[in-house]
Amino acid sequence: MAVTTSPERDIVATPMQRATREALYAGAIALGLFVLFIGLRTDQNISNELILVQRWWLLAVVVVLTMAGRFLYVAYGQPFLANQKIVDVATGLLPESMAARFFRLPYFIAAIVTVAVLVFLAGSLDGLLGPGLAGYARFLRALAIIYALASVMFYFRTFIHAHFSALGITALALYPIIVVLVLALYGGSVAAGFQGSLKWVDNYGIQILIYVMLAWGLNIVVGLAGLLDLGYVAFYAVGAYAYALLGTQYGLSFWILLPAAGAMAAFWGVLLGFPVLRLRGDYLAIVTLAFGEIIRLVLINWREVTNGSAGISGIPKVTFFGLMTFNVSDPNYVAKVLDIATSSAYYKIFLYYLILGLCLLTAFVTIRLRRMPVGRAWEALREDEIACRSLGINTTTTKLTAFATGAMFGGFAGSFFAARQGFVSPESFIFLESAIILAIVVLGGMGSLVGIAVAAMVMIGGTEVLRELDFLKQVFGPDFTPELYRMLLFGMAMVIVMLWKPRGFVGSREPTAFLKESRAVSGSFTKEGHG
Amino acid sequence: MSDASPSVNDAILQVEHLSMKFGGLVAIGDLSFQARRGEITALIGPNGAGKTTVFNCITGFYKPSEGMLTLNRRDGSSYLLERLPNHEIPARAKVARTFQNIRLFSGMTLLENLLVAQHNKLMKASGYTILGLFGFSGYRTASAESIDLARHWLEKADLVDRADDPAGDLPYGAQRRLEIARAMCTGPELLCLDEPAAGLNPKESMALNALLMDIKDNTGTSILLIEHDMAVVMQISDHVVVLEYGRKISDGSPHAVRTDPRVIAAYLGVEDEDVETVLIEVGDEDVIEQLDTGPDATHGPGSSSSYFAGPVTDTVGHSEGERVTVSKGASKAGQVDARSGAAARPASPAEAKPTEKPSAAKSSAAKPAAKAPAKPKTPGDSNRGGGNE
Repeated sequence: MAVTTSPERDIVATPMQRATREALYAGAIALGLFVLFIGLRTDQNISNELILVQRWWLLAVVVVLTMAGRFLYVAYGQPFLANQKIVDVATGLLPESMAARFFRLPYFIAAIVTVAVLVFLAGSLDGLLGPGLAGYARFLRALAIIYALASVMFYFRTFIHAHFSALGITALALYPIIVVLVLALYGGSVAAGFQGSLKWVDNYGIQILIYVMLAWGLNIVVGLAGLLDLGYVAFYAVGAYAYALLGTQYGLSFWILLPAAGAMAAFWGVLLGFPVLRLRGDYLAIVTLAFGEIIRLVLINWREVTNGSAGISGIPKVTFFGLMTFNVSDPNYVAKVLDIATSSAYYKIFLYYLILGLCLLTAFVTIRLRRMPVGRAWEALREDEIACRSLGINTTTTKLTAFATGAMFGGFAGSFFAARQGFVSPESFIFLESAIILAIVVLGGMGSLVGIAVAAMVMIGGTEVLRELDFLKQVFGPDFTPELYRMLLFGMAMVIVMLWKPRGFVGSREPTAFLKESRAVSGSFTKEGHG
Repeated sequence: MSDASPSVNDAILQVEHLSMKFGGLVAIGDLSFQARRGEITALIGPNGAGKTTVFNCITGFYKPSEGMLTLNRRDGSSYLLERLPNHEIPARAKVARTFQNIRLFSGMTLLENLLVAQHNKLMKASGYTILGLFGFSGYRTASAESIDLARHWLEKADLVDRADDPAGDLPYGAQRRLEIARAMCTGPELLCLDEPAAGLNPKESMALNALLMDIKDNTGTSILLIEHDMAVVMQISDHVVVLEYGRKISDGSPHAVRTDPRVIAAYLGVEDEDVETVLIEVGDEDVIEQLDTGPDATHGPGSSSSYFAGPVTDTVGHSEGERVTVSKGASKAGQVDARSGAAARPASPAEAKPTEKPSAAKSSAAKPAAKAPAKPKTPGDSNRGGGNE
């Protein structure tokens, strides 16, 4: 909307005039956009007739909020941001950065005090404030905790930046222990700690790590080799069904079937690779998309083997390398062997470490392969396929190895998924999954392992967090379910991140070899590949 | 080619009866030449003469319609390039190339570019990735050696200070040198350079000459290059082949080629009055008729010889069942041939090219070179560009 003003009028108009004008434009656009979305709603009345519900007040609120937001941004936000770039004449220094103003010691102390008071009063909040205000108080507490943590991270930002990978791995390794300890302290007993950790370890930890692994696997195909694969979930499905079928039919162990599932997925990767070798860009994307759908349709329709849409249940659990099991009825159940209290949390924690190990394996292999000729050939293929051929690189086998390696990690993740769920059905392998995995790779920055891990945490963790936002019911009424808005927020987050960082969280690439010093290559030089 | 005689073995690359057709367009017609080992052979010609097509045939990007491309390696083995898959030509026949529009891996550092060029060697050393993945020492030594080779070529190309910068960040001239260095890292016996001096300033051109001479003298790599910059061609090349409309019009030492009137005609065009004479001498009835009836309005203003050449078409038989329409008089070299053939032979300027066999000149005179789009050609305008030295 800012582009609509011509430079001559910019000189004449004061920020206030400009802000007023732009607020009016923004309001008009918002009105036009939302009049049918928000102003009118179709509904059914008691006799199942279609009726129009008019929501003019809601529409007015949205339009006024848009206008106010645009007004404040143009009148105060833009001049403020412009001033941030102007050096002080007297001192020769730039003004303090926004972050430095936001994170200050007094605020930090205030946040800590708030948290302490609210935690101390946790039990009696409802009684003191009533259920409505208590919800807000809990929200305030959550905000204060986030602010305090962010302040600490801001204070140690250079250290964190320098040791990001090591810190990240340490944090991930300690995560279940910390969760159990915190919840045990909170709940007053170890059993409560284990019980409460289920959600945090399973829904957050394992869920996010599965996506991290899938995205790292897809990263080899899309990020390194530059081959746009929209059917990656097919390999995930192959791995999951390989374990589900062979595990239930032949009773084979997870530890045998994990490599077998990876090999099978890799085989399918090569099989897909052959026909699409000649395709590039959009055509490759379409064919891989079709491949993903074919696999899903085969799973639905080949009932004799896959049991169709009903899926396969009763998939055996992973054992602790055959020494201990996680079935309560077994003689070598982990709690019996170790003589501890029975809890379902052990299995989840074990699965957490299993998927963490698989993720680290993926990362290790990817890092290793990038420094090998085949990894360099992948990246060279992404940069310029014709130049690759002029240097004697067999682009056929190079593409096939990329497909196979990526598919293999998809297969590993798939068999883990089957073991974790205990049930697989074709519904888990829809196109949306492929799209989410690809979105994570793009959002993280193609080729960057750290960026992709952060993106997976934000995207998958973010949608899980939406389930926790119960206090929003107090704002929007009891019918409001934040989970339903997760795709909307997913999309909004992607748009914002792509505006703010068009090459993803980590746009630069690390060179695989250096003579004097390793300098990151800016994203403006790297190519995305043509398929 | 096991029965290759010593004189044949002296040639690293033999191109015999090479033809490349795209549908009806004959990009190269019956081209034969040799590139001798340890020499710099230049392939020159006006724009659109088919030089890059020859390169694409040699390096396997195109499969030639007809003809044989023999590469004789130093160890005595021979390869028929037209039968090798694209990527095996650099790998097995040891032919490396650069591109007219530079094709570097712009997001990778200079060093990485040169390491990618050593892909096949490193793949073997890493046991096709498997051994390298488990950290066998053989790969580590091979990797260190490859970095040393890369450093060597970076020093030769005067780029070692920027080894860790992305290739896309280099200025144009440095990108050209890097592309040559990258091609040399494949360990080629024949290096094909497609316009290496294009877009270089005189100083960079000099540096390029020095680099090419150094490659020729110190590595024993033979060089085949396409170039428009005559300063480069005349200074460094040992042998020059001139193409026009996909046909060879001259072949010999730089000096001989420079004074060949057919080459001069191809680059500069012939005088307008000469074209008329030439065509009349050839006995072209169409031209005589045209001269009588006046200009053909449908073919636009004719300000030069193209005025006569444009509307007149000719069919040329290339092989069985192939007939290609070309505009009459499009080949300037053909005009010179026609004139020298029709006029008194002893006085003809063909004397100026002693190395050339008269029969070769005759054959191309008999078959004026092919040019498929029957578009009026203005030789003066389109050819003068890269012409003179």
